[in-house]
Amino acid sequence: MALAKITSITGRAVHVPGNDIDTDRIIPARFMKCVTFDGLGEYLFYDVRKNDDGSEKEHPLNDPRYRGATVLLTGLNFGCGSSREHAPQAIQKHGFKAIIAEGFAEIFFGNCTTLGIPCAEASREDIARLAAAVAADPASELTLDLVAQEARVGAVRVPVKIRDSARDALVNGRWDAIGELIEGLPDMRAAAGRLPYLAA
Amino acid sequence: MPESLFRKVWNAHAVRKLANGQTQLLIGTHLIHEVTSPQAFGMLRDLGLKVQMPHRTFATVDHIVPTDQFAEPYRDPLAQAMMEELRRNCAEFGITFFDRGTGKQGIVHIVGPEQGITQPGTTIACGDSHTSTHGAFGAIAFGIGTTQIRDVLATQTIALGPLKVRRIEVNGKLRPGVYAKDVILHIIRTLGVNGGTGFAYEYAGEVFDRFSMEERMTVCNMSIEGGARVGYVNPDETTFAYLKGRPYAPKDAEWDAAVESWRAIASDPGCSYDDVVRIDASTIAPTVTWGINPGQGISIDETIPDPKAARAADERASIDEALAYMKLDPGAPIKGTKIDVAFLGSCTNGRLSDFKEVAGYLKGRRVSPGVKAIAVPGSQIVALQCEKLGIDKVFADAGFEWRAAGCSMCLAMNPDKLVGDQLCASSSNRNFKGRQGSPTGRTLLMSPLMVAAAAVTGNVADAREVFAIN
Ligand code: SF4
Repeated sequence: MALAKITSITGRAVHVPGNDIDTDRIIPARFMKCVTFDGLGEYLFYDVRKNDDGSEKEHPLNDPRYRGATVLLTGLNFGCGSSREHAPQAIQKHGFKAIIAEGFAEIFFGNCTTLGIPCAEASREDIARLAAAVAADPASELTLDLVAQEARVGAVRVPVKIRDSARDALVNGRWDAIGELIEGLPDMRAAAGRLPYLAA
Repeated sequence: MPESLFRKVWNAHAVRKLANGQTQLLIGTHLIHEVTSPQAFGMLRDLGLKVQMPHRTFATVDHIVPTDQFAEPYRDPLAQAMMEELRRNCAEFGITFFDRGTGKQGIVHIVGPEQGITQPGTTIACGDSHTSTHGAFGAIAFGIGTTQIRDVLATQTIALGPLKVRRIEVNGKLRPGVYAKDVILHIIRTLGVNGGTGFAYEYAGEVFDRFSMEERMTVCNMSIEGGARVGYVNPDETTFAYLKGRPYAPKDAEWDAAVESWRAIASDPGCSYDDVVRIDASTIAPTVTWGINPGQGISIDETIPDPKAARAADERASIDEALAYMKLDPGAPIKGTKIDVAFLGSCTNGRLSDFKEVAGYLKGRRVSPGVKAIAVPGSQIVALQCEKLGIDKVFADAGFEWRAAGCSMCLAMNPDKLVGDQLCASSSNRNFKGRQGSPTGRTLLMSPLMVAAAAVTGNVADAREVFAIN
């Protein structure tokens, strides 16, 4: 299975401000009553985007200027809470290809990487600068460069951090580990054989 | 060299290094449930792969089960479809399924320990962030996403980077009326909801030494609410006594060998930690959350934070956002806040000791008129144990609805839901916006006895006053 080498993402961006945005907010649990991930994109941030009657609330994702954005800018501890992969799946199916945040929750970060969604960290000030540039010209394109480890939009250029293991996996096209894990099966069996509770 | 339990278990399960520097880690026990697994089985089929170790894979159904209906089909066809999908997947791949007909069904984090599947020195993964619960036994247990469930199904391994270890020591004595739930709410409040990112938490100290397994599970359960994917307690005699005789625990000569190896897996005295935090147990009070994440907690005697007193703009914004959602007044005491619903249950506090403790105080008391109170045992076995002891009667006589095992009102995937902006005193683990099923519903997290105090008074109350504990 040859995977794409994800070295940079370029597209319009949208800023969803806030810290500790949890996965229940990203995809409310009632939309997880499904046996496939199809169609989840529609429900991204549903309860903060829509009223009970389905009409739209004020939310950056409802703002026509940001429609079609593929890079999400946000705050600290993004994706905390539930391990549901439905959250990154909804983000991806909504059209996002990368996330730049002040910080990510652990499980969410791993889930995104496995789906080939780069999660880059930048300082609060730098995210504010990117967001300001995007707000000034929502049609401008932002580039997240995984090789140079920076994000650029218009005249703004800021450093970003991506954990080495994730960056390596993305730029070398091995973000879905299944192939490598299968190759390691003989070693897995040997390791299991050394553990009494698995040797039986 | 002295080593921590985390490193020893990690090293024993490390299969090999992967190209990106991560470790291929062997997962000894894989727990699955109906919500996060169906897509993983779909991926497995798409790739034409089999389940690598069906005998190390265990399934139960918890999130979607209606707690007031046993007969199928369920009123919600989507819930019924998920139920059937799990049944089909388990049958096709030869996986043990603790289905509702077995009498062993329940919340996955209650079933594993109850069956003796959860054991010290093992690695446990489940598509559920509260898998950290199993760390109470000295296992390295953590939540994974659905693609990783596929990886574990297919290879019994996942790709993972190591964690740092922070030892959290709680010494001294807890004051009367202060519970394991208060300890973890206090820890999260102190270290922050993301303070544990990148860490495994090792809970230790006199308080944990004295804690029962069920209390240890309550604390480990909420590690992830503090950002720590893994939380554990070193195994000791309490752990072994709990496991002995359970269906999946080792037997006879194997038992003795297992206990010996479990003793050896505990962190060595003098091993190094990446961080150590010490907490004086006597400073912990009954704790209640007032906001929209589990770190936004205060002791029952404190007032709701005032954004004007915030030290930073950031903190002010998060208090503002929380108070706007919670419809609570800054500076007001949390005590006396009117509640609409009381929920006792979940994988945090849905075990026998939780119901037993509350029942001891609930006898002769009545749920306040206008409060909807439900008590939901975490498993069919917990329900049976309670029923044998007459605990279900105590709850019913007090005006609680006594329900069948499941996740119930902990999250919005079954018929037990808040309505509108109802305020719920809840023994569960998350107070996120909309968590309990209504997009405007409000959750206050607290210990089971504090939930009972709120239920009988109709307000957030100090259980020590309501039940004369001192
Ligand atoms: S009780 Fe709540 S937290 Fe626990 S597994 Fe169920 S939904 Fe998740």
